[in-house]
Amino acid sequence: MSVKRILSPLTESVVSNLKSGESVLLSGVIFTARDAAHRRFCDLLDRGETLPVNLSGEILYYAGPVPARPGKVIGPIGPTSSYRMDPFTPKLLEQGLKGMIGKGNRSDAIVRAIQHHKAVYLASVGGTAALSARCVAEAEIIAFEDLGPEAVYRLEVRDFPLVVAVDCMGGNLFTEGMEKFRKIFD
Amino acid sequence: MRNIPVSAVIEAVKSLCMEANYFLGEDVLQLLRQCLGREESPLGREVLCQIVENARIACDEKIPMCQDTGFSVVFLELGQDVHLTDGDLMAAINEGIRQGTKEGYLRSSIVRDPLRRVNTGDNTPAVVHVEIVPGDKIKITVAPKGGGSENMSEVKMLPPSAGIEGVREFVVDRIRRSGGNPCPPVMAGVGIGGTFEKCAWLAKKALLRPAGSPNPDPFYAELESDLLKRINSLGIGPMGFGGRCTALAVHVETHPCHIASLPVAVNVQCHAARHREKVL
Repeated sequence: MSVKRILSPLTESVVSNLKSGESVLLSGVIFTARDAAHRRFCDLLDRGETLPVNLSGEILYYAGPVPARPGKVIGPIGPTSSYRMDPFTPKLLEQGLKGMIGKGNRSDAIVRAIQHHKAVYLASVGGTAALSARCVAEAEIIAFEDLGPEAVYRLEVRDFPLVVAVDCMGGNLFTEGMEKFRKIFD
Repeated sequence: MRNIPVSAVIEAVKSLCMEANYFLGEDVLQLLRQCLGREESPLGREVLCQIVENARIACDEKIPMCQDTGFSVVFLELGQDVHLTDGDLMAAINEGIRQGTKEGYLRSSIVRDPLRRVNTGDNTPAVVHVEIVPGDKIKITVAPKGGGSENMSEVKMLPPSAGIEGVREFVVDRIRRSGGNPCPPVMAGVGIGGTFEKCAWLAKKALLRPAGSPNPDPFYAELESDLLKRINSLGIGPMGFGGRCTALAVHVETHPCHIASLPVAVNVQCHAARHREKVL
């Protein structure tokens, strides 16, 4: 299987070359944000305030790590279900968000919004947090520390294995993959 | 009557919640390896390889296999001849979770209130299910339950006329609609019968059986294997990327029910099907 190497922040030319079903290795800086951080991001935007991260070109990773043991950069970390971020995602795409990392399918409206904003949704393997944590070279909390595991972390990742789930042409691995392997049961 | 100090419960719960998160059962690993052998999707095989490799790392380094170290669901089979001394049993269970979460570097994933949502900071309280049984022992099972798969679970009150067809349709459709969200390959705990809450409890309890072990009643063993075949024909595959391995096992548990009812519950369990038990 061919594996493409990509860097974060993302550019439009990189995003436009990603195709659903393709495996990639991501390196660079990404930011964690899950349910509670998404709500706070949108509350800040509703009040006309600025976000703790300039999202232009950036990637959000839907994840909340386990606490790090002494001497470790981070504890095990892996993706959470992305559909729960769907209600907040259009507002963040309008801020220039280019990529999202999570697990599971998105709503049809979000697939269309990803296409419209020329963004990409990348899937990580859920439940393999001990393995995924090895790709994190640096980690630092940059916002909402009071949220505990839901705080926003700035992560520097190296060769983080991901699969292109929804591409900027509207391609969707979850629907395409299921269709390919579905059997009619009699 | 046998006296057991609650301090023994604290110690047991503390180590069980750590061990459950670090060590995936050999029964689950065996089913994952079998999946790897028959998965046709290259992406699906890659996912299964990562899951098996991840389990090895978690075990070797004694770190959680998944960042979602779960809601601590505790099953107690409490012998009726046991007298618990020197404290409050429920407080002891929560103290065990608190200590295990801190010392074991587990994640605090519980909010104090469902709508006001402030993290309790120590992964307490646990959800505790107690059954009083004959004898003078306590069996404690800690089953950390991840939110992603729990969210895909459902209870349905079918009319008796729906029969086995209705049950089949509901269970398979529940897994189909879950797609990649619950981290497939999943296990499906299915409760049939009882009341609204009883069938949900049965569905969860079904997940404690050794993974892939059939129901002792051949009728239900056949239903389990039929459901598994149907679920694995859906095409969802590992992590929902498409493939043949959507479920590792289906476990059905049943209970007598009302002449008017046919309750069915599906408790969806991710591939990190974790639980550890200890008898005091």
